[in-house]
Amino acid sequence: MTMPDLGPLWLTLNLALVTTAILLIVGTPIAWWLATTRSALKPAVEAVTALPLVLPPTVLGFYLLVALSPTSALGKFWVDVTGDSLTFSFSGLVVASILYSLPFMVQPLASAFEQVGAGPMEAAASMRASPLDAFFNVVVPLSKRGFLTASVLTFAHTIGEFGVVLMVGGAIPGRTKVISIAIYEHVETLRYSEAHILSAGLVIFSFCVLLMVYSVNRRFPVHVG
Amino acid sequence: MSAETLTVRVELRFSGFDLNVSEELRLDGVTALFGPSGSGKSTLLRAIAGFETPASGRIGIGNRPWFDSESSVNTPPHLRPVGFMFQDARLLSHLDVAGNLDFADKRSDHREAGFSRADVLAALDLASLLDRRTGSLSGGERQRVALARTLLTRPALLLLDEPLAALDIDRKTEILPYLEQLPKRFGIPTIYVSHAIDEVVQLADQVLVLAAGRVQAYGPTASIVERLDLQPLTGRFEAGVVLDAQVMKHDPRLALTHVDLGGETLVMPIIEQLDPGDAIRLRIRARDVALAVERPNRISIRNILPGTVSEITPEGDTAFAEVFVALQGSRIRARLTRAAVEDLQLTRGAQVFALIKSVSFDRRSA
Repeated sequence: MTMPDLGPLWLTLNLALVTTAILLIVGTPIAWWLATTRSALKPAVEAVTALPLVLPPTVLGFYLLVALSPTSALGKFWVDVTGDSLTFSFSGLVVASILYSLPFMVQPLASAFEQVGAGPMEAAASMRASPLDAFFNVVVPLSKRGFLTASVLTFAHTIGEFGVVLMVGGAIPGRTKVISIAIYEHVETLRYSEAHILSAGLVIFSFCVLLMVYSVNRRFPVHVG
Repeated sequence: MSAETLTVRVELRFSGFDLNVSEELRLDGVTALFGPSGSGKSTLLRAIAGFETPASGRIGIGNRPWFDSESSVNTPPHLRPVGFMFQDARLLSHLDVAGNLDFADKRSDHREAGFSRADVLAALDLASLLDRRTGSLSGGERQRVALARTLLTRPALLLLDEPLAALDIDRKTEILPYLEQLPKRFGIPTIYVSHAIDEVVQLADQVLVLAAGRVQAYGPTASIVERLDLQPLTGRFEAGVVLDAQVMKHDPRLALTHVDLGGETLVMPIIEQLDPGDAIRLRIRARDVALAVERPNRISIRNILPGTVSEITPEGDTAFAEVFVALQGSRIRARLTRAAVEDLQLTRGAQVFALIKSVSFDRRSA
């Protein structure tokens, strides 16, 4: 049995970690806004953040390819600043993954925040905590299960993405060839044993991550009331 | 103590409800916001705390308002010098009892408050609860922790939103003594929202009566509870009067306490926790008062006070009438049959003796 190149695995994990970290920072304020706003714009913003769920990855990938290409304003700016292209690069993959996985971060967080409700924020304010103080010291601890769920879903979803990555990143070894694409290529070239190893590895890895999350969740149940 | 006042001018509209209040509240002891549910009293309290924003008005102490629609001032809740205690306690469930107290303690300004965390723990008997998770506390314990937490914000004004409403009768009697001693112990003026008139009588020095978003009356507790025109609102409180008196002495042999009521002496079953000189509040129910036109001799009733009839109000078409009798420096209310009023030829100005069958002690006055 031939051992496949494990590079795509590490690249995938790297991509999923970076994407989850950035989405925690970007997605939290969006989720908070959605959970607390009374603005008339809320349905529109909700719809936009849910779009990646319904669009075929190729549609998202196609628009991203157009928007990130060095001939676009954003792509050109990126080339000027970093000297590297956003398309067919790791940075481009990160941008694409962030958009593609956005709903998986925002939706669980927003519902966690909604469940916490306005009460604890008012209680914190009654104890002289500023809104930011109250958010980090009251809302975040009370929503930790939501953060865990959102992070795991985002991470897992990023590992599994295929279409968007293929459109925006291609399959450049060491740069953009993630595990799903590597498996696809192995199958295309009829190298089933390598495809087996990578696929089984992914299944086992995903199972272990989920098992860990659910065990942690059971051992430290969230106390409510 | 020259009391400051809290300006409360609030116009606030929800769907199907509007609140319109314009009052200067004396910040002295405990002020009750009293009214039926839906009268707007909690909304008014929330507006004072900054949790609701009025459409227009002005809220604050002195010339630096927390809210003023004219000068577009709206201080956010966490910067207002008030402590708000919620009806449902709202303890932070991710922290234990000590954590909840520390949350408030860490963020408050210790410089001006005349008390420490230890004082608050002692006043509310919390030492044994510190390690407990909030989820394991009983209703009464939760309210004690919430009250302690609110005190530890070291507020200039305490806002208590129906702190007893969620409790059963046993828990209420558990918490009331703690609430009662607060004004004396910590000296923080308090606004207390309640729909229970007996709580108001027991705790409040003055009362603002609200109904349907409008102020019906505002004044000292004693004069509010005896106003007949407010009876539809205060009705659940049995008709009677609330009187301020002073402890004179105890008589241990007969187990009596003598109190001074505007120069007259009343005797009542001994209340050992009081000391001579203490100012107290008494309650005398109208049905416990009989009237006589001559001073009766050889009668079992001990408390007989001379007075003058000041007002007679028949109770609709019932057999009864309410008779107010002016005493030296106070007045008392008697519930007689209309037949008795006719027979004794009671009219305004008639000299009578009030025979008081029982007196109940409500609380120490501030």
